[in-house]
Amino acid sequence: MGELQELARKLLADGAVKVVIGYEEGPRGVRPAFITTPKDADRLVFDERCVHNLTMYLTPTRKHIAALGKPAIIVKGCDTRSLAGLIRQSQVKRENVVVIGARCGGVLKDPSVKAAIAEDTVADRCRGCTIREPRLVDHLVGEPKPAPPGKSLVDQKIDELDAMTPEQRLAFWHEQLSRCIRCHACREVCPNCFCVRCLADKAEPLESSAHLRGNMAWHMVRAMHQAGRCVDCGECERVCPADIPLRLLNRKIARVIEARFGHRPDDDPESTAPIGSFQPEDGQEFIR
Amino acid sequence: MAETKILAFVCNWCSYGGADNAGGMRLKYPADVRLVRVMCSGRIDPVFIIKAFERGADGVIVSGCHPGDCHYTAGNYHARRRFAVFRELMIFMGIDPRRVTFSWVSASEGGKWRDVVSETVERVRALGPFEGYRGLTGRQHG
Repeated sequence: MGELQELARKLLADGAVKVVIGYEEGPRGVRPAFITTPKDADRLVFDERCVHNLTMYLTPTRKHIAALGKPAIIVKGCDTRSLAGLIRQSQVKRENVVVIGARCGGVLKDPSVKAAIAEDTVADRCRGCTIREPRLVDHLVGEPKPAPPGKSLVDQKIDELDAMTPEQRLAFWHEQLSRCIRCHACREVCPNCFCVRCLADKAEPLESSAHLRGNMAWHMVRAMHQAGRCVDCGECERVCPADIPLRLLNRKIARVIEARFGHRPDDDPESTAPIGSFQPEDGQEFIR
Repeated sequence: MAETKILAFVCNWCSYGGADNAGGMRLKYPADVRLVRVMCSGRIDPVFIIKAFERGADGVIVSGCHPGDCHYTAGNYHARRRFAVFRELMIFMGIDPRRVTFSWVSASEGGKWRDVVSETVERVRALGPFEGYRGLTGRQHG
């Protein structure tokens, strides 16, 4: 039994937690697992196929998971930023969750096939990883791993789009968003989407039909609601059945916020949210 | 005769007063604009702007109190950050930012209100009706 499995077994056997949220082997790669008995702890796995950001299971809207009792959760370095966000937004109390940090060397672009992390197999969101050692944790498992290789292609794509004419950009987004079927998987998988009643589930103001006008509105609103909170975990883009490049929107807004307000999503639960706070001297060159 | 439809979201305390002031001063400006009074510019959700375009507006004006003048102390500061981001998002999506005017108009600035409306109307008339947005409902798949 490995370090992670032994730790999970001990936490469950001691009664320190009621459930360990982690990863297990599934029919197509790994899948999220909810381990509630010590003897099941050996089902846990952690490797480069563990793409999921499990912190979304901690939000109070997931009542069926909250009902299991106090959780321990396995997080990668990047996931700790989501966790910090949930604490910051009063969705999770730090003392109510045991955090098991797993050292990570990047996850796979295609997690259904086992492969080594290399320039062409690593997920784009892992490139330029900033949190090599998770800090917001109670336990840290695994050996230190090298940083994921390569440079993110998202920033490059954003620069390309920025260089286009407005008509070309509009055409690009029309092409992308016309594929949206409004399944809202991007919302369901997002740790930040914890509203009890989402705007998209109401008759107004968003059009719920999957036509281009409604899709434009939904994706703009989704991006705006993520502004300053998105940690670019890339899960929305990964789960999108229509392969819409949602990270472009999230990342674009993150870049605007960093340029204007000097804010970058971090793993500190005490830091201030850029939208919801202000400085009297904020730029207003666009205001008449 | 109005040629375009401009929807203006104005805050109750300053910009609505500013528009009222323009009326009181008998200032003339194009009749293309329709006002929606909200309690504060901080109340104006970016989705209002999207909705306006969906329902046939060709341009939108968002107006609130000058920084420091907000009736609720800080509503306009919050709005300023939000719209700074939303404007960039619109540009990134390919929506012409010239269709949206953000402004600070105080209750005594009837003249400025006239200027804001006149300039916006002039710009939006030059751009023409925003059919490109409200007409997006056709069957787009396959």
